[in-house]
Amino acid sequence: MIELRHLQKDFKVGGDTVHALDDVSLDILSGEYVSIMGPSGSGKSTLMNILGLLDRESTGEYRLNGQNVSVLNDVERTRVRRENIGFVFQSYHLIPRLTARENIELPMLLAGISPKERRIKLDAVLQKLSLVDRAHHSPNQLSGGQRQRVAIGRAIVMKPSILLADEPTGNLDSKSGSDVTHLLESLNEEGITLIVVTHDQAMGNRAPRQLNMLDGRINDEIKV
Amino acid sequence: MRWLDFLRFIGQVLNRHRFRTLMLWLAIAIGVVAVNLLTALGEGAKVFVLNEVNLLGRKTLIVLPGKKETTGGMPPLSGQSPRSLTIKDAQAISRLSAVKAVAPLVLGNIEVSYAGKLREVILLGTTPSFFLMRNLEVSQGKVWANVDMQKGEAVCLIGHQLRHELFKSSPALGEWVRAGDRRFRVIGVLKETETSFGFDMADVMIVPIASAQSLFNVDGLFRIFIEVKYFSQLVMAKQKITALLKKRHEGEEDVTVISQDAMLSSVQGLLDILTIAVAGIASISMLVAGVLIMNMMIITVSQRTKEIGLLKALGATAGTVRLLFLCEAGLISLLASLSGLVISYAVLLVANTYIDTLQFYSPWWAQLSSLLLAMSFSLLFAWLPARRAASMAPVDALQGQQKRGQ
Ligand SMILES: Nc1ncnc2c1ncn2[C@@H]1O[C@H](COP(=O)(O)OP(=O)(O)OP(=O)(O)O)[C@@H](O)[C@H]1O
Ligand SMILES: [Mg+2]
Repeated sequence: MIELRHLQKDFKVGGDTVHALDDVSLDILSGEYVSIMGPSGSGKSTLMNILGLLDRESTGEYRLNGQNVSVLNDVERTRVRRENIGFVFQSYHLIPRLTARENIELPMLLAGISPKERRIKLDAVLQKLSLVDRAHHSPNQLSGGQRQRVAIGRAIVMKPSILLADEPTGNLDSKSGSDVTHLLESLNEEGITLIVVTHDQAMGNRAPRQLNMLDGRINDEIKV
Repeated sequence: MRWLDFLRFIGQVLNRHRFRTLMLWLAIAIGVVAVNLLTALGEGAKVFVLNEVNLLGRKTLIVLPGKKETTGGMPPLSGQSPRSLTIKDAQAISRLSAVKAVAPLVLGNIEVSYAGKLREVILLGTTPSFFLMRNLEVSQGKVWANVDMQKGEAVCLIGHQLRHELFKSSPALGEWVRAGDRRFRVIGVLKETETSFGFDMADVMIVPIASAQSLFNVDGLFRIFIEVKYFSQLVMAKQKITALLKKRHEGEEDVTVISQDAMLSSVQGLLDILTIAVAGIASISMLVAGVLIMNMMIITVSQRTKEIGLLKALGATAGTVRLLFLCEAGLISLLASLSGLVISYAVLLVANTYIDTLQFYSPWWAQLSSLLLAMSFSLLFAWLPARRAASMAPVDALQGQQKRGQ
């Protein structure tokens, strides 16, 4: 379902050009659980951003569910992203003025879903993430683990087929970190395609398919 | 996005970022208030000057006997010329459709006596319209009723100083005073501080026009004061009156009709400078207001670049994001400008109740342009950064970055 062909991403920094991604070709099937590891600066986040249509590749082709998304305009990419992809960021990226519930509701608001349908889906997600009694708390009243659970709730409320998590446990202690990991894995077991970037070897090793990046290339691949 | 959700989202932004909303509100309201108050000050000064030179009132015409070149300046107050204006002329003028009121005037010196006290005063013969047109107020008693101009009742009103000199502290109303060879009953006393076209009304006696004519044994009038209904009709009325009197006087143009324009032209230069000063004051305060608003707007939008990135990552199109920020700015600036206007009204109201010499008011063009300017400054400076942030790749906006090379 995800097909990358000869993906290239260059950044111009001053007079120099940095090849953040260098000829990356990769296929990921529906329902897979993939971890991406590698040293800092190896291009993991750059790859995730392109996979999530948050950024455009410099050259190369990206096909999602058979559709060439490289050639779509921004509005079309927004729609594809909304319908297919959920994100979890290392620093949560919650909107501080909104409550946990409102943060999770946001993608549905932007998609124009009716209030009734929103309420049903929200209740289900809050239930699933054990956030019911935290629903009306604002993010700064929540612990790191709870915040990341809210962020995961927001990522899955639109029922995307792909969940991208860039260092989801990077800001968490080991207990909350492993909670979040288990939560993500349980979502994967329900069928979502899960792609996780991590520095944590133990977490990375849990994935059946492990990619290792170096200098913008996929350097090594382990399938368990 | 549904429009109700859209509004609720904006409401949440304004409500939950209260400090920022307050600061923005202040910046806009202060701008609007500054423009309106400073302009009101300038306009107040202008109106003050206008009133000082406004001897006649904008809607007033004066007919005087005799032909005279009137390129400017006041006509001499001393009577001249013979009999060419009559009560009948005044009555004919009062029947013109553009004319609201007519007050003929006869004027002369007379000796007034009461209980052995003798005073030489100026005696005015006129009609009740004269009191209205000249804003003369009566502190005791009242003006006689507007009866036939031809009928000379033996009643009079006297200036406050004359009253004091003749009656001291005893009551004046109802007493009979002698003027020349006739007797008049005092029916009213003029308010203090009354002056009219240059001379003091403290020391005068006013009687019905016909009484004055027979007292002085004259047919002619010294002046006819005319008030037109609308200022726009002034020029037309002036022509009609000239034509009418020419016809009544066997085709001879032997009267002069003057309006205030002639007198105002001498202070026009001063008024022009004041107008320029008011416009200058208004534009400077608008500029200051604009800078205040611009600063607040730019700060708020760049603070929220991350949010724009997030909204885009979560499925908002660039168009939706721009619209959100524009509507947010539009709403707050509309509410803030309106409250700025309300504050201006309140301040001007208070100022006007406590300060008598100047009348402050903010003209409609200042109100409208302060509103429009505050709104367009807010919208412009919300639009520019929001457009930039909305057109960035979501990932860059998310990092709150300003710019990135590709
Ligand atoms: N916005 C940018 N402008 C310039 N260079 C960038 C930008 N984003 C990334 N890079 C460069 O691209 C390369 C890959 O960066 P990327 O963020 O993908 O690394 P990463 O593997 O996620 O690292 P980390 O583990 O530290 O998060 C780095 O050399 C980085 O400096
Ligand atoms: Mg990274």
